[in-house]
Order: sequence, then C-alpha cells, then structure tokens
Amino acid sequence: MPESTPSIDALLPLPPAAFHILLALADEDRHGYGITQDIAARTGGGVRLGPGTLYRSIQRMLEQGLLVETRQRPPLDDPRRRYYRITPFGRAVARAEARRLSDLVKLARAQGLAPARA
Amino acid sequence: MRFYQVLLRLYPRSFRAEYETEMCALFAERRRATDGVGGRFALWAGAWADVMVNAAAAHWEILRQDLRYTVRALARTPGFAITAVFVVALGVGANTAAFSLADYVLLRPLPFPEPERLVKLWGGVPGYARIELSPADFRDWRAAAASFEAMGAYHNNQVNLVGQGEPERLDATSVTSDLLPILGVQPALGRLFTPADDQEGVGGTVLLSYGLWRSRFGGDARVVGRSLLLDGMPYVVIGVMPRDFHFPRREVALWTPIRFDAAAFEDRNNNYLQALGKLRPGVSLEEAQAELKVVTARLAREFPESNEHTGSNAYLLQDDLSQQARLLLLALCGAALCILLIACANLANLLLARAVARQHELALRTALGAGRERLVRQLVTESLVLALVGGAVGVLVAMAMFPLLGRLVPESLPVAGGPGLDLRMLAFAGLITGLTGIGFGVVPALRACRGTSLDVLREGNRAGGGRRQSLRAALVITELAVSVVLLVSAGLLIRALWRLRAVDPGFRAETVLTLRTALPMPKYAPTARRNAFYSRVLSEVRALPGVASAAYISFLPMAMTGGIWPVVMDGEPERREQNRVASLRYTTPGFFATLGIPVRRGRDVRESDTRESQFVAVVSESFARRYWPDADPLGRQFKFAFEERTVVGVVGDIMVRGPERTSEPQVYLPAPQVADSSIIFYAPQELVLRSSAEPGALLPAIREAVQRADPEQPISNVQTMGAIVADQTASRAVQARLLGALAAIALLLAGVGIHGLLSYTVSDRSREIGVRMALGARPRDIVGMVVGQGVRLAVAGVVPGVLLAYLAGRGLESLLASVRPGDAGTFLSVVALCLVMTTAGCFFPAWRAARLDPITAIKSE
Repeated sequence: MPESTPSIDALLPLPPAAFHILLALADEDRHGYGITQDIAARTGGGVRLGPGTLYRSIQRMLEQGLLVETRQRPPLDDPRRRYYRITPFGRAVARAEARRLSDLVKLARAQGLAPARA
Repeated sequence: MRFYQVLLRLYPRSFRAEYETEMCALFAERRRATDGVGGRFALWAGAWADVMVNAAAAHWEILRQDLRYTVRALARTPGFAITAVFVVALGVGANTAAFSLADYVLLRPLPFPEPERLVKLWGGVPGYARIELSPADFRDWRAAAASFEAMGAYHNNQVNLVGQGEPERLDATSVTSDLLPILGVQPALGRLFTPADDQEGVGGTVLLSYGLWRSRFGGDARVVGRSLLLDGMPYVVIGVMPRDFHFPRREVALWTPIRFDAAAFEDRNNNYLQALGKLRPGVSLEEAQAELKVVTARLAREFPESNEHTGSNAYLLQDDLSQQARLLLLALCGAALCILLIACANLANLLLARAVARQHELALRTALGAGRERLVRQLVTESLVLALVGGAVGVLVAMAMFPLLGRLVPESLPVAGGPGLDLRMLAFAGLITGLTGIGFGVVPALRACRGTSLDVLREGNRAGGGRRQSLRAALVITELAVSVVLLVSAGLLIRALWRLRAVDPGFRAETVLTLRTALPMPKYAPTARRNAFYSRVLSEVRALPGVASAAYISFLPMAMTGGIWPVVMDGEPERREQNRVASLRYTTPGFFATLGIPVRRGRDVRESDTRESQFVAVVSESFARRYWPDADPLGRQFKFAFEERTVVGVVGDIMVRGPERTSEPQVYLPAPQVADSSIIFYAPQELVLRSSAEPGALLPAIREAVQRADPEQPISNVQTMGAIVADQTASRAVQARLLGALAAIALLLAGVGIHGLLSYTVSDRSREIGVRMALGARPRDIVGMVVGQGVRLAVAGVVPGVLLAYLAGRGLESLLASVRPGDAGTFLSVVALCLVMTTAGCFFPAWRAARLDPITAIKSE
C-alpha cells in the first residue's frame, strides 16, 4: 500500500539491510526465509538478518514501492509463505545505491585507501 | 517457540497481524539449523535483541505517523484545537496553582525534624483562645508538665542595629536557651545559646540570620566573636543560623537570649511569651493538653487573683494557623476542583462531538483496511497531544500565578519565599492531564469505533445520535450547576469583602501617614527622656508644610491588636475576662485629631498631664457605657495599668482588631504618666500625622527631624494608615478576585458548552427543522424550539446548582462576615447571569436554525 512513491534520491543512502534484500530479490522472487538464506550465502554467513529487522525492512520497502508481494509461487510450496518481488523502481533504487557505493570506492581508491581494481 | 511468540507481543498489533506467522516460521527454521548450548544461547540472545530494537522502532514509526496525522487533523480544525488546549490549560493550571499553595501552607511538613512533636502552647481566658504566657506561668508550666521533653519561650521585638552602615531597624526574637534545640537546628557557624547566656549580668550574645550575615557582614566567617551594638548595647556574635532557618517568622534577622530578672516573675498578668514544647516520644497531643489542664487548674487555685480564669491551649505547630486562613485555602482548592470538573466536562463534550463528526472518516478508514486498534491508537495520540499541550500551557499559567498566590501565604509560616513549582506538583499536573486526556479521549473514541461500520457510511451523519446527545446534555447541565456553585461562592465572598470595606473603623485613615521610631532600651527607659524625644520630633513635624496634626501612640490600630489589660473598679477583684479588659495605649496630645476620632465628652490628653499631676485617662464610648451606663463618666475613677486613673475624656470607639473582630473598649493614657522602665513595651513608638502633602515628599524632612532629635535613631515601617486598613482585607481581596475569575471562567465554559450542544443539535436536526418549515412552521417557532431546549438545560443545571451553592455557602459561613449564605441578592444575580449566558449561548444556533433553507436541509441527506 504505497502512500506515494518517493524520489530515488530521497531513499539514498539505503540501509544495508534494504540493499541486501534488493540484491537477494534481483534474480528471483523469494519468501522471507529465502531472502535471509540468500544473503547469508552471498556474504559467506557474514550478514544474518534477524526476523524483526527483515520484516520491518520489508514493511517499509513495500510502503516505499521497492517491493511488491506476489501470489506466484512454486507449485508445491507451503501456502502460508509470502513471496516478494522487486519492482522496477526497486531495481532503479538498487542501481543508484550501487553507483553511489562504487563512486565512494573510487574516491577511496584515489586516496590509496582501497585496493586498485584487479 | 511459545516464548518467542510472547516476545513478539512487544510489536504493535498491526505489525504482528501482518508478519507474526512468517517471523515465527523464520525463527523456527533458524532454530532447527542451530545446535549446541552455545548456538542456542546465541540464537535466543540475537532474537531478544532483534525484537527489542525493531519493536521500539516499529512503535516509534507509528507514533510519528500518528503525530503527523494529528497535527494535520488539528490544523484542519483550529477552533477545536485551541478550545481544547485552552480548556485543559485552565483545568490543569488552576489545580496546579491551588494545590501547590495548599501543599505549601497546609500539608508540607514544617522544615524542622519531627514536626509532629512540636507543639505551640497558649494561655486561654474566656473569649481568648490564644494568649501569651507570663514568665511565671511559663516557668511553672515548664517545671510541671511531664508530657514535654523540653519547653522553650520566645517573644518578638525589634532592635536598632547601629554602627554597621545606616542605622537599621531589625526584626529580632528573644529566645530561651532551650528553644532552638527544640527545633532541632544546628548553626551554620558558631554555637547556639546555652543556659549561661540566659543569666542576668553576663555579656549579651546574638545569633545572626543567614540573610543578615550575608547582607550586613558580607558572609565573613570571622564574624563569630565580633561585637555589635543593638539598641546601644554591646552584643557578641556567637553564631550564624542556616540559610533556610526561619523562626518564628520569615523576617526575623537575629536572635538574642531572653533575660528574666527577678521582677519578671512577679506579675502573672504580664503576658508576652510565646511557648513551644516538644512532646516526649509516644505522648499524644491530647495527653499533653490534659496534663496542661491539670497544671493550669493548680495555678488557678494557687494564684486566684491573676490565674482564676487562665486555662491552656496547645496546637501542633504545624496546625497553628487561623481557621480562616485554612478555610480560605480549602475554598480555593474546592473552586479549582470545580474548574477541573467543568474543564473535563467541556473537553469530554468537545471530544464526543468530534468523535461523532469524525465517524464518517473513521468508517472510511476502517473500510480501507485500518484495524480498530490502529484507529484507537490514533485517537489516543490525538487526545494525549491535546492534553499534553494543554497541560504544558496550564503549568505556565500556574507559574504565572505564583507571585499572586504568594500573597495568600499566611505571614506566620516559618518558611521562606512562596510556593513554587516542584516535581511532585509537576507529576500531579501530569497525572491530571493524562487522566483527562485518556478518560475523555479514549472513551468517546472507543464508542465511536464500536459504531464504526459501513452502516455509518450509508447513513451519513445521523447515526449514534440519541444516547450520546443525552450524555452531552448531562455534561452541560453539570457544568452549569458547578458554575452556579462557583458564582454564588465568589459572589458571597465579594459581598463579604464589600461589607468589611464599608465598615466604619471609627477613624479616618485618608491622608494619615505612619512610621515607627522604636526607641532602644535601656537608653530610653527614663520616661522623661522619651517625652523629650517625642516633643522635639512632634514640634518639628507639626511645623512641616502640609502637616495638619501629628502625635505619638503606642500601637497603630489594626497593625497591633493586642495590649489588653484588666480593668479594676473600686472594690472589685481583678478579673481577666473578656468583659473586664480594655486595650491600653499611651499617647501624646493630638492623636484623636490626627486620626479623626471624635472627642465626645471632656478633653484630649494634655502636655500638662505628667507624673506630678493627677493620673488621667481618655476612654472610648463603649468603655464608658460598660462601666457607667447611666452616669456621667467624666471624673470617674478606675484602676488600670498599676494606677488609679480619672476619666477626663470620652472618644469614639475604633476597630482596634480590624473590621472582622470585636474590639475591646479602649483606654488612652498620657505618655508621661508611667514610671521609668515600667511596661516599656507600651512606650509610644508610632508617629502618626495627618497631612495634605505627598508622603514621599514629606519623608526626608521627617527623617531629618528624627535625626536631629537622636542621630542614632532609625525609622521603620513607613506606611499610610489607608494601607494598614486595606491590608485587613488584602488576602480576602486576592481570594475574592481569584474565585471571581474562576467563576467567570466557569460560566464562560458553561456558555461554550451550551452553544456547542445547541449548534450540534441544530445541525443534527436540520432535516427535521427543514421538514417543519416546509410544513409551515415559522422561523419564530424554530427559534422557540432551540431556545426552549437551551432554557430547559439552564433550568436543569441552575436548580441543583442553587441547592449545592447554598450548601457551599454554609460551609463558607465563617468567611462571610455576617453575609447570609442564602443571600438573596447574590443568588438572584447569579441566576440572572446564567439566564443571560444561556440566551447568549442559544443565540447563534437559533439564528442559524431560523435561517435554514428547508429545501437544502431536506435535500442534504
């Protein structure tokens, strides 16, 4: 139930949890547990979102229009599970956040604070 | 798992409804993937932290939304918002102020350890409940009364401090050495008095108040041991009292020991000591009172001449306030509670009306998926915001009122300053505010939500009318009844004030200036030296431009109400009873002319009335009437103040004790007709002068005249006689003004209530009114219908209000200065005022109803 779609810039910088969730949903729709699993796998177990952080992030991202809940699910899945899908706006915000981060890294690199690109 | 579900209850319900199942599932999967005690522990610790942080954040999120929504909603209806804040501010402000004052004066324990053991002791004779003790009586009470661990005495006086800058007149208290230890006080510097300081013949010692130490001695710690001159006698400073020690009054600047010489114990009629006792642990006040009765009965048998009618009275020091001061305060608290009641009723009315008006909006939001809990939460936030803002404004109002309230603190209270806002009062204000907000915000909200359904959407504005309407009518009726009570009480007090102000004091206070030159003893103990001083000052002052007459007198009427002596007629024993005493004043010639007291028979005292000539007296009319009702009083004799006196003049009576109390008959004696060092307490010290000149312009010349007579003599207590008379009713005037203001506010609120209710009725019944008009009703009929409802409300409120007001008036009777509690004029004025208010409240709704266009009204639904 997005109240009104905010501009991309207003949402940046994105909270780390939200960015991870967008990344997890970038390639496919997932349910909550799936999202945390994906994030844990992607970060080598370094980031483990608690249920509270996960669902409060999801609630806010739904309101901001970054995600939608989807009724499409694998055929044999538990019907109580809720699946989330990234919206085109969500993708745009994720891209903007990635660009912001990479610009930051560039700045750090120019100062010798980050390793040069391999 | 159950435990995790319990933890999840910390989240807002709306969040739980959405995600609880998912979160539980996620947690369950995590748990399955965890093994080992350490892993389990980490899982639970993580879950706990996760819930705490996120639940708080979720609540905060909702609160922010609600606050934003509230601000928008209130901004849309500024009239409602301002009225509600105003109403709450009034209720909270009035109550915080009134109860701060009551707490300060009545409840707060005195600033001494074990205040419940401190007892004020008084002698009593028929007609007088609080009489000071004579040194002999005090000595005997102290020796005989076993209920008391210790007993001390003190009396107030004034001393001239010379040699530390300007000569200054200071309030001082002479105390026995056991008095200060009874109060459990330790000096900030130095030591307290010991019995050695009380001995006759040893050097004088003095304790300074903290204030005097700071102002006159610059807070110098080496002051202890220094010598200073009080009334021309050397005193050694032995200590400084703590900053917040004030006894017996706030103004006291220093304490000296009481010295009793052998002669002091001879006259049991020389009553000037106030006594304070400390009860033994476990002894009750009643037991102590009973024991004192036995002691005084024994003294009455042993000394029937002086003590035959002398009894005893004992009060807790804490309660030694006049009944009147207590009642005035309680009345104020009662009025404040009435205001709170009205404010709550008004707020409830406003919120009920708003809840009804918003039913449509609430139904719409429900239809769009908002849970009932979310709506209630939203409404509670709104009410609390109103209540908090109102409460904050109310506290500011109360703080603004404190200076005024400080004038209601009785002067006899041994505490400093005036009431201030303390944490308990803030908490009290917060509690009232919160309860008002929740009580009258949530209940209507719940009721509004219960009725919330699609029916409301379909039915438009008309749902839920009847019951709520009668509830609102009941609230308005309550407001009216309470306003009547307040108005009548205020009216009665104001009438009492007028009556007291109209009382003829027996003298003309206008253009009379007074000031005090308290002559230090023993320098002025010789009567001749005092009279030389008076003559010199008076002759200079009388020569000043604009001064019509001037005189010296012992005490000013109303400023000093005591000085009562027994009157003995030939062949009668001396009796200290109410109808055998008179108030004693020594005076110079010209006092009656200066105060405009008529000389009815005979003459004023004269310069030629000296110790060598016949001892004469000028008596008041009531004195002459009492003793010689059918004979010429001139030339009659009576024994008074140690001597046989011959009446040479009769003057009009004056209200020595002020307009509210009966005064004893008065006897005036010529200033020279007293032995050296005898009853020096009565030595004239008040200079009174009638003058057409501005007091301010006159004062420097008077000061010079006094300086020429004695360069070391300070003057003090400069005031006009008019101010002294006005002082008699000053706290009443403040009280009447406060109560009057509260009553006016109450009436205004009731008027607003009537207006609101009728406006609502008119819009609620617009369709019916439209139909009536379409069927031929004239605008006059419609106006009659609306006004009729207003009048029914007014009658329903005023009738019980009048009955309650009569009861309130009975409760206030002792404050009413013989205005009857059922005073017809007051009641009629109040009823008329209520009618006017009702009419005013009806006017706009009636006007709107009469102008209603029937077609539009019918169509609109």
